[in-house]
Amino acid sequence: MPDNGTPDFSNWICPLPLRDYPTIVMGHGGGGKLGNELVEHLFLPAFRNPALENLGDAAVFEIGSGRLAMSTDSFVVQPLFFPGGSIGELAVNGTVNDVAVSGADPKYLSASFILEEGFPLAQLAAVVNAMAEAAAKAGVRIVTGDTKVVERGHGDGCYINTAGVGLIRQGISVGPNRAQVGDVVLVSGTIGDHGMAIMSVREGLEFESQIRSDCAALNGMIADVLDAVGTSVHTMRDPTRGGLASTLNEIATASNIGIEIDESKVRVRSEVQSACELLGLDPVYVANEGKAVFFIAADAADRALKVLRNHPLGRDAARIGVVTAQHPRMLVARTQMGSNRVIATQIGEQLPRIC
Amino acid sequence: MKYLNEFRNGEIAQRMAREIWQVATRPWKIMEVCGGQTHSIIRNGIDQMLPPGIEMIHGPGCPVCVTPLALIDKALAIAAQPSVIFCSFGDMLRVPGTDADLFQIKGRGGDVRVVYSPLDAVELAVKHPDKQVVFFGVGFETTAPANAMSVHLAKRRGLENFSLLVSHVLVPPAIEAIMSSPENQVQAFLAAGHVCSVMGFWEYPPLADQFQIPIVVTGFEPLDLLDGIRRAVIQLEKGEHHVENAYERIVTYAGNLEAQRLLAEVFEITDRSWRGIGVIPRSGWRLNDNYRDFDAEERFQIRGIHTEESPLCKSGDVLRGAIKPAECPAFAKQCTPRHPLGATMVSSEGACAAYFNYGRFLSADELASAGVAHAR
Amino acid sequence: MCLAIPGKVEQITADGHVRMGRVNFGGVVKNVCLDYVPEIVVGDYTIVHVGFALTKIDEQSALETLDLFRKMGALDEELATEEEAFARAANAPQSACPDGSCDLTGKNLRASTPDKSGSAQ
Repeated sequence: MPDNGTPDFSNWICPLPLRDYPTIVMGHGGGGKLGNELVEHLFLPAFRNPALENLGDAAVFEIGSGRLAMSTDSFVVQPLFFPGGSIGELAVNGTVNDVAVSGADPKYLSASFILEEGFPLAQLAAVVNAMAEAAAKAGVRIVTGDTKVVERGHGDGCYINTAGVGLIRQGISVGPNRAQVGDVVLVSGTIGDHGMAIMSVREGLEFESQIRSDCAALNGMIADVLDAVGTSVHTMRDPTRGGLASTLNEIATASNIGIEIDESKVRVRSEVQSACELLGLDPVYVANEGKAVFFIAADAADRALKVLRNHPLGRDAARIGVVTAQHPRMLVARTQMGSNRVIATQIGEQLPRIC
Repeated sequence: MKYLNEFRNGEIAQRMAREIWQVATRPWKIMEVCGGQTHSIIRNGIDQMLPPGIEMIHGPGCPVCVTPLALIDKALAIAAQPSVIFCSFGDMLRVPGTDADLFQIKGRGGDVRVVYSPLDAVELAVKHPDKQVVFFGVGFETTAPANAMSVHLAKRRGLENFSLLVSHVLVPPAIEAIMSSPENQVQAFLAAGHVCSVMGFWEYPPLADQFQIPIVVTGFEPLDLLDGIRRAVIQLEKGEHHVENAYERIVTYAGNLEAQRLLAEVFEITDRSWRGIGVIPRSGWRLNDNYRDFDAEERFQIRGIHTEESPLCKSGDVLRGAIKPAECPAFAKQCTPRHPLGATMVSSEGACAAYFNYGRFLSADELASAGVAHAR
Repeated sequence: MCLAIPGKVEQITADGHVRMGRVNFGGVVKNVCLDYVPEIVVGDYTIVHVGFALTKIDEQSALETLDLFRKMGALDEELATEEEAFARAANAPQSACPDGSCDLTGKNLRASTPDKSGSAQ
């Protein structure tokens, strides 16, 4: 737990001296003085922007004309703080990325908190600061929010829901059902980092390593790709839960095409690979939080790859496969041995194994 | 990782496969006993690299698959109790009992935890003196030393809230049972390398002699598997039947004496029922009198379990190598990883799951027309 | 039954009850019980299964085995090493069948299987 998160209580003017009760109480969700305290002294200073400061029931803003993309996600990760990030960064970047891979420019986010009675304020402050930093980095604003509190024992400390909205670029039309035969499949970097970072601190399975979550906002990198090759991009996705394998399977099904990848081209950090070996996990099923896959028309693939590699978040970008008319709705990988294996969609969570 | 990645080199694998093509002149059926080897063979497509006449038959070396249904039902009953922390390897979480699996028990409020090592379970017992911590000790000889140590430590530390639900099975009796079966077609065995790292391979020469079969102690990485297969084929071609060690960097003739010493202190041989196969005499280990107090079956005395196997499930035939998973009528229809009828479809090293997940139910034509275009 | 992976012993301690060691698996470190390998010292390699070291790896034997494998066939190639940033080797050859005479499933397309490459036996 980072210790730069202790809120500054000196300006809090609540009759209940909260500095003496540094945890969440039921009243914080009540919409009264305690709730307002949180907004005035924690959320507002962190997320500072005009739309939020109006504190209306709804945020009011202009976004321009055209098609909008909107996405929402809830974040329930345990533990809340892990190597490379926290639930805060995830909550912002996750939704930013979902909007960005739809071909839209993410602009505004909402943030709703469900807090457990007894949750330390210092941890909440750390999470909120992380969100503020992530939002600033991504160039988005958190313009509206909500807080509810549940009784002790009825929550995991802190759950966050974010929703995000953005304007879709003119002329861009991407979707999981738009992949075409002949498209090249690119991945923006190494896979498995986030999931194994979480595993490294999970009770019963923990291990020491330098593995850090890859949690990052991808809208800047994606904008670069769209700038360069725009309409040649048919599909974009960020492979979160279920990993690369699940995302590629979803696209294969949605577009009714087959995908072939070369295992030797899929990049995995050696430590992530080692951790997967230790627990008997396959990196293609492990979650990512800062990677994107692209299905791009073949003649634009090289340029897209170059653009990706020029971006700090895309240095390890690689061409991993192609879309084929063969074996529709199936993902087939060529192994190091030169043989083929089908990579099926994951059923439920991938579990560590001993056999 | 050193001493791992080198044994996955694709180009060397191609050349080793070529060697097998050179030496094989007739069809041969070879069984790999260990589920971990099955998983590696299917996942890496080792079977695809072999000459068509060489057939790998997948053996019952999946301890998850062979754990008796009655014991799984007992595990579920114990895990459902409110005062219990039930610890298990991840492999067991989705194995179906008669009505549910451990995952579902967890969903209903049972405290079911996945751990990496039985020592983690012992630590939980120390941390939670008010709870009964039960560890699901499933496995072949490879895992037995870990389980033995955990219960040995629990005894030494005087822990009264730790117990072991044991289902250990042994490889040599399984080989004997398979070879003695009238329908047996297996002509050579790849013995499980990590089992032998513990037990050595002194138990195998009598089997090789009795049944006139080559037995090659084999590892798990592609190069190790190809080497084991190659050696088996060479023996078969020459009409030889002796025991070879193709995993010398890990396995010695005598095995790990320290481990064997503790195993003898903690366990005793017993008859065991192998799910899908039946009772194989003297084929398993249970806690002996010195450690009976730590036996979860004794401590919890679960009664009134009504077990019922799916009538459609043919795990037993698969485990004995009598049929391939795709030959089971329920395969990929009523029985899939999402809705498994038996353990071989649930366990990550179960032959049925491996076949399903790696696409072995596709016909050769379908796979051939898949044709991989290299990503440059 | 047998996910045991090789690691390097970096430190050995006795935690009062058991002999434990910090073992490094390609950058990932775990505390492992070393009670079954009393002969092992820091710097040795061992294989570990569910938190227990089972045997010491005979490194000489490993190198000899690899050398033997490498000699099967005439080609030279690079070996992946632990220092490489990425865990997957490059450039698997096209066909699963060594002499190109069959399809990807290994189904033989010809009656016999002469080795065209003329590799040394």
